[in-house]
Amino acid sequence: MIPFTYERPGSPAEAAAAAAKPGAKLIAGGTNLLDLMKLEIETPVHLVDVNGLALDTIEATGDGGLRIGALVSNTDLAADARVRRDYAVLSRALVSGASGQLRNKATTAGNLLQRTRCPYFYDTAQPCNKRSPGSGCSAIGGMTRQLAIIGASEACIATHPSDMAVALRVLDAEIETLSGEGTTRRIPMAEFHRLPGDTPEIETALNAGNLITAVILPRPVPGRHVYRKVRDRASYAFALVSVAAIIEDGGRGRVALGGVAHKPWRVEAAESELARGARATTARLLEGARPSRDNAFKITLVERTLDAILSDARGAQ
Amino acid sequence: MAGSATAGAQALAKGSEPAPSPPRSLEPVHSRVRLRVNGTDHDLEVDTRTSLLDALREHLHLTGTKKGCDHGQCGACTIMVDGQRINSCLTLAVMHEGDAITTIEGLGTPDKLHPMQAAFISHDGYQCGYCTPGQICSAVAVLEEIGQGIPSHVTADISAAPSLSADEIRERMSGNICRCGAYSNIIEAITEVAGRRA
Ligand SMILES: Cc1cc2nc3c(=O)[nH]c(=O)nc-3n(C[C@H](O)[C@H](O)[C@H](O)COP(=O)(O)OP(=O)(O)OC[C@H]3O[C@@H](n4cnc5c(N)ncnc54)[C@H](O)[C@@H]3O)c2cc1C
Ligand code: SF4
Ligand code: FES
Ligand code: FES
Repeated sequence: MIPFTYERPGSPAEAAAAAAKPGAKLIAGGTNLLDLMKLEIETPVHLVDVNGLALDTIEATGDGGLRIGALVSNTDLAADARVRRDYAVLSRALVSGASGQLRNKATTAGNLLQRTRCPYFYDTAQPCNKRSPGSGCSAIGGMTRQLAIIGASEACIATHPSDMAVALRVLDAEIETLSGEGTTRRIPMAEFHRLPGDTPEIETALNAGNLITAVILPRPVPGRHVYRKVRDRASYAFALVSVAAIIEDGGRGRVALGGVAHKPWRVEAAESELARGARATTARLLEGARPSRDNAFKITLVERTLDAILSDARGAQ
Repeated sequence: MAGSATAGAQALAKGSEPAPSPPRSLEPVHSRVRLRVNGTDHDLEVDTRTSLLDALREHLHLTGTKKGCDHGQCGACTIMVDGQRINSCLTLAVMHEGDAITTIEGLGTPDKLHPMQAAFISHDGYQCGYCTPGQICSAVAVLEEIGQGIPSHVTADISAAPSLSADEIRERMSGNICRCGAYSNIIEAITEVAGRRA
């Protein structure tokens, strides 16, 4: 780890202004940033600790939704009675991620901004366009089992590892931010994470120094809320594939996928196929997928996981 | 570099001027922090890079807390901060000014064992013992988390209160890896303590 100075700002405005300075980085739970700093994949020279900011409450919004403070821990968010009752897909996604210890520290904002688990991104001896732009992508032609099957580019085939983000995408959440100059923005989840294109190092719609202040959930979406995660061991592992779904009676609903792309993957047009079943929906959702030999299994896995969700939903009616 | 000591002294001041303008300063930066560990206050001066785990082990010589992976992947470093279990390897000492920290040394002593420590002994919940302090801290917190109604991945009805079942305990303990594979005895030890509680 390289040396850094450390400050605890007293307000969100101070935090955003401090984070906009060159070489500065915000730190919340620290569970992703410190991991990457130890490996010198992240090398901030100044840390801005947001933990003292009063951004740790969950409040009802005027239009029947919830406003989740950026610092609400993954544990507290998953355990909130309103979230469990009205947004169960979010609770389910959260408790499927990481471990009890990590969820106690991990924050809502930090979870959204956690970086990829591509093994070559973590291996500083290998070229990686995301870690050092222009150096090349070691994953293409390498071990791709965990990597993207859709929306990838010649520059990067990494996936976004968050479970929570997949649920937020299916719920049409919005991300509220504050810039160093004091302007606030609301970014829909659909536009928050980017596809890699030629600039895989740019992962979100945030600008340098943008502070996430909250995540806004619209009014609850009725239906059966499900999060199914398939992984190499039963707990404490990232998804190979995950499916977040809200299924209404009659088979209509919404679906988003984790583990397949550089962002939570949702194709609204595919949702009209849900009543026709998992095969038709998956075909539409993953139209244009370009898997490698090692990760083509993800297409089958998505279809079977979705099929299980749809038949559970039919059985419960 | 003359500036770095000053930067360190100011490091905790609210709203202090951040970020040295050359984006890479290579001099270590020091900062003061007061940690409340097992009920006792300690004033430390640490390199800002010091993890809470290293502060406990190297500065306070509380070596009960173990370093396995140093990356959040094993749970050997599990401790309690303000009543919640965390991995002490993935947090900085300077981020814990004034926080109440409990390590395995604070849970019980050889003459006055915590019930969870006693249960691990009577059930042989370990072999080499390296993961054990983390397992025990985690186990104590798991029973509290279930008591508080925090759901887990195996909670069938996510809006209902979770039960004290072996499945619940096993899932919640998944952040603590045991290379010796003492898992089944660990679950028995925790189940016994849970039963006494319930
Ligand atoms: C062993 C292990 C297993 C894991 N397994 C899973 C898993 O299965 N599923 C899963 O989803 N996740 C998993 N995780 C990842 C975990 O969820 C993330 O590390 C965590 O959510 C990050 O949150 P944090 O608050 O600790 O972020 P930090 O590490 O503090 O920050 C992460 C990033 O967010 C930025 N940031 C933080 N707060 C703000 C803010 N308010 N505004 C703007 N930027 C901000 C930081 O600058 C940094 O770039 C795992 C992690 C580990 C170590
Ligand atoms: S897939 Fe992306 S993150 Fe992985 S090596 Fe290639 S450029 Fe880096
Ligand atoms: S040493 Fe902290 S989790 Fe392994
Ligand atoms: S007892 Fe040896 S690692 Fe668990």
